[in-house]
Amino acid sequence: MKIIIVGCGKVGRTIAEQLNGEKHDITVIDSKESVIIRLTDKLDVMGIHGDGSSREILLEAGVSSADLLIAVTDADELNLYICLLASCCGGGRNKINTIARVRKPIYHKDLQETLNMKEALGLSLVINPEQIAALEMSRLIRFPTAIEVDSFARETVEIYTFKVQREFALSGKKISELALLKGSIRICAVERDDNVIIPGGDFVISPNDKVSIICAPSNATKMFKKLGSGNVKAKDVMIIGGSRTAYYLADLLIKSGIDVKIIEKSESRCTELADLLPDAMIIRGDAMNKDLLKAEGLEDMDSIVTLMDIDEENIMLSLYARQRCNAKCITKIDRLVFDDIVDTLPLDSVIRPRELTAESIVRYVRAVKNSEGSNVETLYKLNDGQAEALEFKVSPESKVISKPLSQLEFKNDLQVACITRKGKVIIPKGDDTIEPNDTVIIVTTHKGLQDLDDILK
Amino acid sequence: MNTNLVRYVLGWVFLVIGIMMLPPILIAFFCGEIDAFYFGVVAFGCLSIGLISKKYKPKKTQMYAREGFVACALTWILMSVVGCLPFYLSGQIPDFTNALFESVSGFTTTGATILGTDRQIEELSYSMRFWRSFTNWAGGMGILVFLIAVITPLSGQSNMYLMKAESPGPVVSKLIPKLRGTASLLYIIYTALTVVECVMLLLGGMPLFEAVTVSLSTAGTGGLSVRNEGIMAYDGQYYIQAVITAFMFIFAVNFSVYYLILTKKIKQALKIEELHWYVGLFLIAVLVIGVDLTINKTYDSALDCWHHTAFQVGTFISSTGFATADFDLWPEFSKTVLMLVAFVGACAGSTGGGFKVSRVIILFKSILKEFKTMLHPNSVKTVKMDGKIIKDETIRSTSVYLTIFIFIYIGSVLLLAFDKMDFTTNFTAVLATLNNMGPGLNAVGPTKNFYDYSIFSKYVLMFDMLAGRLELLPLLFLFNPSCWKSK
Repeated sequence: MKIIIVGCGKVGRTIAEQLNGEKHDITVIDSKESVIIRLTDKLDVMGIHGDGSSREILLEAGVSSADLLIAVTDADELNLYICLLASCCGGGRNKINTIARVRKPIYHKDLQETLNMKEALGLSLVINPEQIAALEMSRLIRFPTAIEVDSFARETVEIYTFKVQREFALSGKKISELALLKGSIRICAVERDDNVIIPGGDFVISPNDKVSIICAPSNATKMFKKLGSGNVKAKDVMIIGGSRTAYYLADLLIKSGIDVKIIEKSESRCTELADLLPDAMIIRGDAMNKDLLKAEGLEDMDSIVTLMDIDEENIMLSLYARQRCNAKCITKIDRLVFDDIVDTLPLDSVIRPRELTAESIVRYVRAVKNSEGSNVETLYKLNDGQAEALEFKVSPESKVISKPLSQLEFKNDLQVACITRKGKVIIPKGDDTIEPNDTVIIVTTHKGLQDLDDILK
Repeated sequence: MNTNLVRYVLGWVFLVIGIMMLPPILIAFFCGEIDAFYFGVVAFGCLSIGLISKKYKPKKTQMYAREGFVACALTWILMSVVGCLPFYLSGQIPDFTNALFESVSGFTTTGATILGTDRQIEELSYSMRFWRSFTNWAGGMGILVFLIAVITPLSGQSNMYLMKAESPGPVVSKLIPKLRGTASLLYIIYTALTVVECVMLLLGGMPLFEAVTVSLSTAGTGGLSVRNEGIMAYDGQYYIQAVITAFMFIFAVNFSVYYLILTKKIKQALKIEELHWYVGLFLIAVLVIGVDLTINKTYDSALDCWHHTAFQVGTFISSTGFATADFDLWPEFSKTVLMLVAFVGACAGSTGGGFKVSRVIILFKSILKEFKTMLHPNSVKTVKMDGKIIKDETIRSTSVYLTIFIFIYIGSVLLLAFDKMDFTTNFTAVLATLNNMGPGLNAVGPTKNFYDYSIFSKYVLMFDMLAGRLELLPLLFLFNPSCWKSK
């Protein structure tokens, strides 16, 4: 695919690096020449020095024949403008896809909630790094045992991957015996000894398997409790640093009934937060003060998230917290590049917003690439790419519609994991049917399925 | 320095040279010449070394500027040495220095020859003569560019350094995002233009062997021909000489122009500033020399006068080195203009040599800027080319390039002075080799050759040719001890 990236900051560079590894034709635009030179010397990409918001530069970068434009400059407005410009002057044969990074919460909210606004701006995807980071953190807090969480069908369905411990309820049992699975959840893939199996009813789960379960997010908490997956979700969370990410995270946590305490230095920011999050406890003070932390009950927290601007301070605080209590610690690291050293520290979970952002964009690109000439809506690689979870939109001409699933002959190593119909999640049983306009999620170890009809033998 | 990586790249170069020797082997077989054996031996040696070296892939394949420069310089030295072996082993050029000179001159697209005094070019076998022209062609676009285009030898990452080291011009940029795509595209344009020229020459009634070799030599702007008189042998065949004039001109144009034309951005292609200057320079030189020749009544007919003027200016501006007339007999003013045109040389990103038109533009514009700053010390002014600001760094490196160019020039003239030649000969010999042009004036004029120079002088000239082709720096890097330091 031909991809143009405007803005070569931290995120732009990471995206270019990852997409370059996947053999796309990449052109990067930045107004700083030194950045361009550094990048083109390192990666096999074309660099253009200039203002990415000018038509001339975009045309020079080949916007008229490009498949995708990613705008990740510092300014939200600029990103939106660039995407609008690109969608107006780009896309000869096929329409150009555009991705804009938008960080300001109000913009982001309005873009999501205003009807047709994204279409009017020619946007295919809006990326908000802080929100992505917050989502990931909230998942970690809500489901501490989950290794990976992927969402489908506009986030109405999620796949949770976790490692089975000996004490879990499902370890050593046949899948068909697990009564709790009836109706609301399904085990769609199991990784054992680096091999991925799409399990049938008589598959026995044993400790150390990596199990992927599909279910609606609203059922996830119940499922994890029933599975007996050790620690239950957190009740008290302390967020240190009142950044945008903190706002998004607190908002998500409060909505799922968790008490949140935010410590922030700046008075004006505290007032803002108090206004935005009436249900959160906002503490004004310097988190680098041990007494303050103790007074605010650091030692009794279930979870501690460090979201201050300076990475080193986040690391120090997390190390301190780990020493003082048993809480789950999440550390945000934005800028530090010494990954291998950070990984040796006893930090619990580390979140790197830049990488998460790049990852979600790369995922989107993969999905677009996969959907070329096929009906795949989203594609996730599970278990290091050994299995794929594909989301299909069902067309009225499909061969699979209106027949009970038990009468259809599916390929081996393939499972219809979930059907969503008008926003409702159905975990299908033998007598369920697939209807036009449903969204179907298929989990399989076959590669390169192009159409829903390909699932049949 | 990552010597293992350099070794690996050189291994691939061996392979490519081995493969390059296949056409001459075929020609030798076809013509029933014993030279197939000599080519075969060298090709076999190259292929074996290459295949063995290829097996041991270095652990670290990350290429940095240092490895890029060193690999590039060594590649060219290696190519020249291996390329001279067929001449030497077959005994057709019995002296090693002469054989090496011929090979260096071929690969660097200089076109200076030592043949014509004790041995005539026609005494060489067909396969040898083809090989000379073929080295011109291969050297024109560059062997590392070919490696990048066809054989992705390394992981594909940051081979830009190799490309930068080998490609001429102050700024090397890609045509399309993928380096490999860019390199293949260059070779496709290059080959296509060569084929077109060959067909046009055939239409003019040129024999096949000559049409092919002349096309190869023109494409690389090399100028080694298969006949002793060179292009003068086609005296009176205006069509053939005009076709060669046109293609010398075409191959000295920046190849990105052709890419833009291919992608139907003709307007944009015609807007490139370097092209304007290049065409302007060509026209002015033709006009000035044509008038000078007319005044001096050098030629009887106006057709002859303008025809030969255009050809000679074409050959000098593109640094090809063919000749249809003995310009050594021209008036002094015309000769001087020709030499000055050769200094400027071709466009960056072409197969031609010389100082490059774009560098002249950069220097010229920065001089203008300097004048303005003297008059208005507080004025802020940017130097622009093609509507884009030229970085101070580019201006600086261009100035440094000029300085090094002058130093090497002076040094070479000084070293040649030990020989028995006169000043004009020495001065133009260095000019002809450092700009990869070919013939000079007086004793190295278009009807003469470099045979009479001493062995020492020949090595000096070979250095000049390589330095000129690689644009000075990569070769000088080899003499910098710090670049050989290993960690």
